[in-house]
Amino acid sequence: MDARGRKGAPELIVNMIAWLADPAHWRGPEGVPAQMLLHLYYCVLSVGVAVVIAVPLGLYIGHTGRGGVFVVGVSNAMRALPTLGLVTALVMFLGLGVVPALAGLVILAVPAVLSGTHAGVRSVPTEAVDAARGMGMTPWQRLWQVELPNALPLLIGGVRSAMLQVVATAAVAAYVGLGGLGRILLGGLAVGEYDQMAVAALLIALLAVFLDGVLAALSRWVVPRGLVLANTATHDGS
Amino acid sequence: MIEELLKFFGSPSNREMVLDALAEHTYLSLVPLLLGFLVALPIGRLAQRVYWLRGMLLGAANVFYTIPSLALYVLIPGLFGWPLLSSNNVVIALTIYTAALLVRPTLDALESVPGHVTAAATAMGYRTGRSFLTVELPLAVPAIASGVRVASVSSISLVSLGALIGTGGLGKLFTDGFQRWYPAQVLIGIVLTVLLALVVDLLLVGLWRLITPWTRAGGRVLPS
Amino acid sequence: MIEFQSVHKQYGNGTVAVQDLSLTVEAGTITVLVGPSGCGKTTLMRMVNRMIDPSSGSVLLDGTDIRERDPARLRRGIGYVIQQAGLFPHRTVLDNVATVPRLFGNSRRDARRRAAELLERVGLPNDLGKRYPVQLSGGQQQRVGVARALAADPPVLLMDEPFSAVDPVVRADLQDELLRLQDELGKTVLFVTHDIDEAIKLGDRVAVLRQGGYLAQYAAPDDLLAEPADDFVTSFVGRDRGYRRLSFLDSQGVCPEQADTIRIGDTSADVPSRAGWVLALDHERRPRGWLLPDATVDGQLTENQLLAGGSLYTEGTSLRGALDAALSAPSGLGVVVDADGAYVGVVTARHVLDLIESRRRSVTTEGAVP
Repeated sequence: MDARGRKGAPELIVNMIAWLADPAHWRGPEGVPAQMLLHLYYCVLSVGVAVVIAVPLGLYIGHTGRGGVFVVGVSNAMRALPTLGLVTALVMFLGLGVVPALAGLVILAVPAVLSGTHAGVRSVPTEAVDAARGMGMTPWQRLWQVELPNALPLLIGGVRSAMLQVVATAAVAAYVGLGGLGRILLGGLAVGEYDQMAVAALLIALLAVFLDGVLAALSRWVVPRGLVLANTATHDGS
Repeated sequence: MIEELLKFFGSPSNREMVLDALAEHTYLSLVPLLLGFLVALPIGRLAQRVYWLRGMLLGAANVFYTIPSLALYVLIPGLFGWPLLSSNNVVIALTIYTAALLVRPTLDALESVPGHVTAAATAMGYRTGRSFLTVELPLAVPAIASGVRVASVSSISLVSLGALIGTGGLGKLFTDGFQRWYPAQVLIGIVLTVLLALVVDLLLVGLWRLITPWTRAGGRVLPS
Repeated sequence: MIEFQSVHKQYGNGTVAVQDLSLTVEAGTITVLVGPSGCGKTTLMRMVNRMIDPSSGSVLLDGTDIRERDPARLRRGIGYVIQQAGLFPHRTVLDNVATVPRLFGNSRRDARRRAAELLERVGLPNDLGKRYPVQLSGGQQQRVGVARALAADPPVLLMDEPFSAVDPVVRADLQDELLRLQDELGKTVLFVTHDIDEAIKLGDRVAVLRQGGYLAQYAAPDDLLAEPADDFVTSFVGRDRGYRRLSFLDSQGVCPEQADTIRIGDTSADVPSRAGWVLALDHERRPRGWLLPDATVDGQLTENQLLAGGSLYTEGTSLRGALDAALSAPSGLGVVVDADGAYVGVVTARHVLDLIESRRRSVTTEGAVP
């Protein structure tokens, strides 16, 4: 099949199923399962590093109220950085490897996590923080017992949005010689095999939906029940 | 580095390529922004007015938001039988993305208009459509605006991703520069993408300021 | 004239907001709907401009069933003022007031000219028109709300707890302003409040509603205080209704006596020799305070040697003020002043009570039912 034109949806679906049914596409280090796991690994690792960087920073500026304007400004500017350009540039300056590729994905993930954390801490009702102070909590106790739990819904929202962006963009890793679903996609492009590209695109989409679902479940599990109730109450009331 | 830049821009064909890429990038990011906003507005309004549809519409928006644009760039041509490199693919994919992103902020913004204000409009004899266009929508603008700004930055950055499969825009400077191992070209592409995002953002902020003079009145009561 | 003809409102969830209620609001008067929350007063009011349609029964405006009118057009002809004023935050004060004239299709210039007149009429300075609502105090916003409701010169004005979000001093000002405007304009006003004092102060007629949307009593405020229809109304109008009712007794028969007076700046030689309370006046004969019996004055009399006076009773107003003046003065002598605030004389509580007693006797002997 060439990559320039097709007849439409039914034929596409038939061809995609045919591609998936071929056992050769499921075996070995180039097969679908291996590349999917690799894709997943890149995503979780990049978002994990972004969380380690951005959550403490977001908690700090949210808690102290210092440097907020600056950090939010920088993180908004970071959103504008094109990941493909960033990754190719990093590879050109640092050489091929996992680090430059993943650095690009981390930079992609940081703004969302940072602004989610910051907004989360800022959304904590001032009365609750005042009460915590009035009860004699130390700044650390205030952060751990009051601000962080109350910030969780928006914080996890930030992580979810970072994960979506990273899953969607992790295909660039394959462009600079690494693996992942991008490899299947670009491999299809290289040999003019559109069905293979379409399958890879579909798998990326499914992975995105799956990871978003996992994080949504996580959010339900860790967000304090009182907050969930308070949110639904205000939404019903409006 | 500076020498390299001068050399790069010294070539008329390079200059032309960069300008073409910039123009195409602007088109591919701003048209979906406008279309996505125009799609999200009625959906947000519908979700606000028809309570039982709300959950369904928000759920659908969330699903569409979850689907990566790159996947859509690849799948849309197959579904519609278009060429893989048609710019329509990018426009449609990013329109879906922008609309999905903006439904929730639009709904929240409309919901945040104080009830006593809309009640007053009704009591003074505004019909629903006029109340929406002249009272509710203007008051919702500041809250929708922040959503539109996020969408504009995201789509400008997402257009470049299309270069992976060969679509146009500043992303071409990355793939082309990478293949020719020409770092200056990649850096120029990055700088121009960021500048484009910045300029569009400033224009949007300027536009909001122009159409919402009351938000700058300040919350303090002036002495009479 | 507004007529509610056995209107009934039941919501989808079974809650009854208004229970088969009939009521006639006379043209050119202020009628107050008062009651605790959940008594259906706002629901009843919103039926007039079709913000809520009754489940059964009908509402007539000047004899026409309002269901025959297009809601939007009907509403443009009815002024509406609500608690938070409901001003449009995105329009200047002037454009807020010009809203309804614009809806009627007037040119922007005419609408604004009309709006400027109205701002003046409700006692707001002209340059306020260029501001946005956030730049006004709560009291000013309410005045703008009233101006906006009056802008199209509607014969009917609906006011839904318009003054309950402002502080008591401003509220009293706004109430006086409304009464003054009503003297000039003679609108048919339907006013909703939960504050019985406000109802009694403003209403020509007061309808007391109780939970579940029942009309407990519909009467003039004086009659409401004199003869509450049932236990609910009795407890709702409050404990001191006998005292409050004095607001409706005129001043006929009040005859002030003269007290000993002294001027600020006089010396001890001028203090009258009698051992009684002495009232100090300023140079425009306005009362400033009292001097204790047998008090001595060091040098010239200054204000800080005086005991603060009680409330002042302005000649010609209701007996409530006269009694209050007597009860609140340290000397037991209520100071009577004229419209300019100048001293006229004093009255005792005994004198006012005798007057009340004699009126009651004359009513009883004439056999009239109060």
